Amino acid sequence: MPKITYKDNQGNSKTIEVEKGLTVMEGAIQNDIPGIDADCGGAMACATCHVYVEENWLNKLPKAEEAEEDMIDMAYEPKKNSRLSCQIILTDELDGLEVTTPEKQS
Amino acid sequence: MKKTDVIIIGAGPVGLFAVHQLGIKGLKAVVIDNLDKAGGQCIELYPDKPIYDIPAVPECTGEELTKRLQEQIKPFKTELYLNERVEEVRPEKEYWIVKTNNKKEFIAPNIIIAGGVGSFEPRKISLKECERFEGKSVFYAVKNKDNFKNKNISIFGGGDSALDWALELSKFSKITLIHRRDEFRGAQHTLSEIRKLEQEGKIFIKTPCQIDSLESENELKSIIIKYDGGKTEKIPTDVILGFFGLIMKLGPIAEWGLNMDKKTIEVNPENFETNKKGIFAVGDICSYPGKLKLILSGFHEVALASVECFKRARPNEKYRFEFTTSSKTIQGRLGKK
Repeated sequence: MPKITYKDNQGNSKTIEVEKGLTVMEGAIQNDIPGIDADCGGAMACATCHVYVEENWLNKLPKAEEAEEDMIDMAYEPKKNSRLSCQIILTDELDGLEVTTPEKQS
Repeated sequence: MKKTDVIIIGAGPVGLFAVHQLGIKGLKAVVIDNLDKAGGQCIELYPDKPIYDIPAVPECTGEELTKRLQEQIKPFKTELYLNERVEEVRPEKEYWIVKTNNKKEFIAPNIIIAGGVGSFEPRKISLKECERFEGKSVFYAVKNKDNFKNKNISIFGGGDSALDWALELSKFSKITLIHRRDEFRGAQHTLSEIRKLEQEGKIFIKTPCQIDSLESENELKSIIIKYDGGKTEKIPTDVILGFFGLIMKLGPIAEWGLNMDKKTIEVNPENFETNKKGIFAVGDICSYPGKLKLILSGFHEVALASVECFKRARPNEKYRFEFTTSSKTIQGRLGKK
């Protein structure tokens, strides 16, 4: 199972194994990782599962669709490496992925 | 104070269908919602996106679903109280009293909370200093355009609201439109209009950049924006308008003494009653083992909750299960003869 590291903006981090096929958002919700709200449940409709992806991982992810970019416009403090964690589906290639949650989601 | 059989909090799809399920049982209801229109998340989050999992409706948008539900509950002539946020819930003997932010009061033996993920509120600018100016020179909606005449206005956002207001307010104010990336996602014709005005020097567009800080004495004087590359620019600003969509906040629901699991309300899956007798929770806001946040689950939940509501509202009558296809009583209530 791919290992994912979730960091918060205070520097705390937690590494967990998440089943392939789940999203980075689902991995967080199922394992009580704080900092990801996912109010809409993964419908790309709320931008409260917003994360910053570590630079070296960014180009290994499939590019964000337009609808995801539109939603990131709404996120709290979006940056160049912003993604919605509900849109990152885990594969073996993403073993070791590191994401940082923003200061808050709204 | 208005008296009814059931107070429904939330006018999303499940709240609307609650009116139907209660109505066919002969119960009266009122619906209260914080937004200015019915539909909840269907209207606010995905009015144009297709939904494929409503039984017998292969495809419909959030807006269509809302319209159809409103059509379906028309016979019951239920009053919708919009722009009202429920603030307070308190018991009064066997009844519950609900009070809104505009001091409207309702009394009923039952409350159905169909509140989704809470009430929608505008998403605010992340810069902390903006709070101080909120309602004075920082706004998230335009209520009266006359207050925005002959000003230097900085508009943030890349969607329809940002573009529409940039266009409208440019008729009598100096507009700077600021967005975090080069692409805007508003309607194409609005965008071309804006590009035209930009060429004529009537609207200024700044991308890709975000707000960095404010300059103020007693009043807001200017804002500093920062481009992706790190360069900054000062823009004289009297008014900041932010259009970043809406965010859902649980709000006062958390203070009503209900058993909560994170942001959801725990219910008994037999009748969707909470730990308080006569208060029910249905749709996305309720939780029980195996809960799925689907519209169709909400429809099921409200059908069962309405039976329990009947028992509490009509303690001296026996509840009789009936089909809409064969019950003359139900058909009468639906206005069918």
